[in-house]
Amino acid sequence: MAAVTQDTAISTGRITRVFLYLVLLLFALFYLLPLYVMGVNSVKPLAEITGGNMMALPQVWTLDPWRSAWSTAQIGIEPTGLKPYFLNSILMVVPAVAISTIVGALNGYVLTKWRFRGDTWVFGLMLFSCFIPFQIVLIPMAVVLGKLGLAGSVPGLVLVHVVYGLGFTTLYFRNYYAAFPTELVRAAQIDGAGFFRIFWRILLPVSGPIAVVSVIWQFTNIWNDFLFGASFGGTSQPMTVALNNLVQSSTGVKEYNVHFAGAILAAIPTLFVYIVAGRYFVRGLMAGSVKG
Amino acid sequence: MGFLDISNVTKSYGAVEVLHRVDIAVDEGEFLVLVGPSGCGKSTLLNMIAGLEAISGGDISIKGRVVNGVHPSKRNIAMVFQSYALYPNMTVGQNMTFGLEMHGVPKPERERALADVSKLLQIDHLLDRKPGQLSGGQRQRVAMGRALVRKPDVFLFDEPLSNLDAKLRVDMRTEIKKLHQKLRTTIVYVTHDQIEAMTLSTRIAVMNKGHIQQLGTPKEIYDTPANLFVATFMGSPAMNIVPARVVLRAGVPHARVTDADGAETFLPFSQPNLTAWEGREILLGIRPEAITDPEGADRASENIVALPNRVTVTEPAGSDTFVTMTLSGRDIVARMRADASVAEGQVFDFAVNMEKAVAFDPATEERIAR
Repeated sequence: MAAVTQDTAISTGRITRVFLYLVLLLFALFYLLPLYVMGVNSVKPLAEITGGNMMALPQVWTLDPWRSAWSTAQIGIEPTGLKPYFLNSILMVVPAVAISTIVGALNGYVLTKWRFRGDTWVFGLMLFSCFIPFQIVLIPMAVVLGKLGLAGSVPGLVLVHVVYGLGFTTLYFRNYYAAFPTELVRAAQIDGAGFFRIFWRILLPVSGPIAVVSVIWQFTNIWNDFLFGASFGGTSQPMTVALNNLVQSSTGVKEYNVHFAGAILAAIPTLFVYIVAGRYFVRGLMAGSVKG
Repeated sequence: MGFLDISNVTKSYGAVEVLHRVDIAVDEGEFLVLVGPSGCGKSTLLNMIAGLEAISGGDISIKGRVVNGVHPSKRNIAMVFQSYALYPNMTVGQNMTFGLEMHGVPKPERERALADVSKLLQIDHLLDRKPGQLSGGQRQRVAMGRALVRKPDVFLFDEPLSNLDAKLRVDMRTEIKKLHQKLRTTIVYVTHDQIEAMTLSTRIAVMNKGHIQQLGTPKEIYDTPANLFVATFMGSPAMNIVPARVVLRAGVPHARVTDADGAETFLPFSQPNLTAWEGREILLGIRPEAITDPEGADRASENIVALPNRVTVTEPAGSDTFVTMTLSGRDIVARMRADASVAEGQVFDFAVNMEKAVAFDPATEERIAR
C-alpha cells in the first residue's frame, strides 16, 4: 500500500508526514477517550469515582461493578441485573435480523429478476418506508400488535423490527441483484431450476457482501432501538430499555461504576458484529461469472 | 414439417410488432444461422425458441410438438449465452452437470456424461476450477460443454464468439464447425458477423427490421441475394452497387455506366430476361472478387468484360490487393491477386465477370430474377 501512495498521492515530506500522524493520533485519542473513561471507571470501587478523579487508573481493581450490572443491579423494581434483558434482546434481534435479511433478499430477487407490471412502484413504496419516522407509526403499530395478540412480547418486537427493516434490506438486495447478470438466471431456467432453486443455488451463494451489509445494518439498528422496545416491550423489554432503567433510576445511590459496566455490556454485541462480519465486507465474490 | 418448425411467428411489445410472421422450417442436423444488424429481432427469435420470451402469434414446434407455452427446461433445448453465463459459485464440473441434476439424473450417469463431454472438448483437466480462474476460450468451452451434456434436441447459440478476441474467435469458429460435423446436432445460431454466418451454416436466415429478408444456403445468399439489403450486408468488402441503364445492343441487354473520365461503357448481362428492362434504370451489383486483373479472371466464366478505368486507390492487404475505381460516380472496389501490378492514377484494364453480376429494381430494391 505504501508503495502505491508514493506515485499516486500527493508527495509529502518527512515533516508533513510527522505532522499528519500527530493530528491523526490526536483525533484517535479524542475518540477513544469516552471508551477509556467507561472502561477505567467500570473496574474501580464507587468511592474512588465519587471522591476523586474520573480519569485516573483505579487504585483498587475490582470486577464487582460488572457482576452487579450483569446479575444483581436494581432494574426498575427487580434486582435482576441486565442478564434477562440481554437475553430478551438476543431473542429479539436474531430472528428479526434473519427474517428481514432473507425476506429482503427475496424481495430484491423478485424485483430484479422476476419483473412484473408496476414493480418499480412497489419498490418505490417500499423505499418510502425508509423515510417514515418511528414516532408516526407508534399508535397504529400498537393497535395492530394488540389485534394480533402480540403486544408486550418478544415476537411482537420481532414483527415490528422486521416490518421496519424491510425497506432497507429490500433496497440493499435490489441494488445488488440489479448488477447480477440476468443471463445466469435464464441459463438456470433452461437447466430446469425453479424460482426458489435459482435463488438458493445461484444468487444466495454470491450474496455474501450484501448480506453482511444488511446484517450489520439491521443488527445495529434493532439492538440499539429504544423507542419500540420501550413502547411495545411490555414484560420482555430489551437491553436498551433496561439500561435506561438502571441509569435513570431516581432512588438510592448512583452507582456510576455499575452504570459504566452496564453500558459496555449493552455495546459489546454490536461491536462484535462489526469486527467479525466487517472482514467479509470487501470480498469480490462475483469474479468470473461473466466476461468482465 | 421440419425438426424445428417456426411458423407464422410474431412478437410484439404492446402495440409495437418487432417480429413479423417469421416462417422457418429447420431439418434435423441442420446448422441454421440467424444473421442481421443489431435490433433486427434475431435474438428475440432465439429467446422465443428457448422459451425465455413469450410468443405473441404463430407456433413453434420441436419434433412435431408445439412448445408455445412450455417451460424452457421442458423443451429439451440447451443454450450458449453471449456472456457464457457460468455460475460463479460452482466449479466447472458442477456448472456442466447442474442441468442434469435439476432434471433428476442419478449421479453415476451425470459423472459419465460429464467425463464424455469434457474429454470431447478437452476441458477434463479444468473440472475442479471455478469459472473465475479460466481464460475466455476455456469459459467458452465450458459453456458449450454445459449445453452438450444435456444431449438436447436443439442447440441455441446467442452470439457465442463475440466476447473473444479476433484470433481465438477464428479458432473457436472452426471448433464449433468440427463439433457440428462430428455430432450432427440441430443448431440455431445467432450472430451479427456475416463471416461466421457464411462459414458455419448449412442455411442462413438474413434478418432486418423484424423480417426474414432471405432464407437459403450460404451460396444462394451470397450469389443470388434476394434484395439490396442482403447483397450489401453479406460479404466483406460489400458488394459494389452502381446505378446503370439497360440498353439493348445486338439483342443482348447491357448495363450502361460511365467511367472516371466520363466515357460511356457497356457491360453485357448474362441474363436475357433483362431485355424487358430496356431503357430503364437498374442498380447493378458486382462483388469485389468479380472484378480482377485480366490474368486473375475466372477461367470458367463465359462473360468476362474488359473495363479500362482509372485506379484511384490501391490497398494491399497481404493475401489480396483491393483496388478502387470510380464508376457512375460511385467508388467501386475490386479484389485482385496480391501480386497484381496496379498503380494509383494509371488506367488499368479491369476484368469484370458479368456472369456473377446481379441487377436490382431501384424502386423495390428487390433483385430482378433471372
